Amino acid sequence: MYSASDLRKGLKVQIDGEPYIVIDFEFSKPGKGQALYRTKMRSMISGNQLVNTYRSNDKFEKPDLEERTMQFLYSQDDEYHFMDTSSYEQIFLTRDQLGHNLNYLIDNMEVQVLFFGDRAIDVSLPTFVNLEVTVADPWVKGDTSGTDTKPVTVETGYVLQVPPFVEVGDRIQIDTRSGDYITRVKD
Amino acid sequence: MSASRLQERSRLLQAVRSFFFSQGYIEVDTPIRLPIPLPEAHIKPFFSEGWFLHSSPEQCMKRLLARGCTQLFQICHCFRKEEVGRYHQTEFTMLEWYCAGWSYRELMEECEEFLRQLVRAVPGLPGIKDAHSLQWQGRTIPLAPPWQRITVAEAFHAYADMTVAQALATDMFDEVLVTRIEPHLGWDTPVFLYDYPVELGSLARRKQGNDSVAERFELYIGGIEIANGFSELIDPEEQRRRFAAEMNKAQELGNPYPELPEKFLADLANIGDTAGIALGLDRLFMFLLGCASVAEAMSMIFEEL
Repeated sequence: MYSASDLRKGLKVQIDGEPYIVIDFEFSKPGKGQALYRTKMRSMISGNQLVNTYRSNDKFEKPDLEERTMQFLYSQDDEYHFMDTSSYEQIFLTRDQLGHNLNYLIDNMEVQVLFFGDRAIDVSLPTFVNLEVTVADPWVKGDTSGTDTKPVTVETGYVLQVPPFVEVGDRIQIDTRSGDYITRVKD
Repeated sequence: MSASRLQERSRLLQAVRSFFFSQGYIEVDTPIRLPIPLPEAHIKPFFSEGWFLHSSPEQCMKRLLARGCTQLFQICHCFRKEEVGRYHQTEFTMLEWYCAGWSYRELMEECEEFLRQLVRAVPGLPGIKDAHSLQWQGRTIPLAPPWQRITVAEAFHAYADMTVAQALATDMFDEVLVTRIEPHLGWDTPVFLYDYPVELGSLARRKQGNDSVAERFELYIGGIEIANGFSELIDPEEQRRRFAAEMNKAQELGNPYPELPEKFLADLANIGDTAGIALGLDRLFMFLLGCASVAEAMSMIFEEL
């Protein structure tokens, strides 16, 4: 159990059976008055925000959260199947749950899956992934059109802006937090 | 805290002392480790080998008043468990002073004079705009007296959607104060919020002609509480009853106080009319040094130890 005095930004607590993360926190205590813990939290499942003022005697359950390393195996329709690399247990996540992560997800990629009890609720990819360019306009040397980037498509179907020298078959590094091109990589 | 800011803090400490010496006060330094704390429902003291680290120097300073001292000030560290935030640290520096013969009204005037002299004595600090005003969060707060005075009842009427009585009955007083009222206080001038419900001022005298409130005030600057002062309650029997109520409240909150401070109660009989005030010095310095939190205005905080 956590008590209100444990509250701080980033703490994860369970409220009404749902895991929440504290995103904003302010301790207040009027002179001679009681301690007030003014808190903004976000549900780690629905993303809904909860604004509440708690008092010293309020208690919170610790949510049963566990991060497990899993490998992406394959997708079928809307289901994306992963395997726990230590227990070999398999689970699947839906397209909605994966969201923008799908831009970078390729077969055999290792990801961190966050479980709330038995339920997978979030996925974090490596910060940097290397993907192969599958569609790109050819680089015209001496191009003086003034543009310093061009769009390319990578193996996942994701389209991003890259420098003009990137060509089909190149592998490029992408920052999965921003979706931006970082560099061309040589394997 | 950087070396240059420490130097500024040192100048401030010196200027604070100079003010009180110039007004005829003597400086005292009383024990910080006490066998029995004054009962405060919402303050959790730190234990120390079966005794307690004081949460303010009030107990010992009032006992010195009983020995015939008339004007006392003290700058000391105080301790309050579990109080950590932008404007709180579990260990912090308090400035506390008492003046015999005064009520809270004279004390309010002295606060006005104190801060104005302090600003003039230490010009050029980041939080001081000029000789007559502070700057805080991009706004200018003039210090010319008289500062605004507003009763707790008036403040609830102006800013809250309930009366003081309703707030007390539903245990919402503190929450309404913090969320609805405090953010408005102390921008056009510093503000004295005064005449608190008597149950929220266990060491303060009842107001003559209005038994339901105590002669207690809080000083606010820029939405932040800086000091808490009152006309001291000097009737030992009434003090005993108020302490009992406070201990009951603490008990309900699971924060029991062991026993009544009998020596303090005995000494109370030897004190005449007096006004006293506790001012959070790190908070005041936070304003003057242009810091965003009390931690930045302190020489060191526990996380650095």
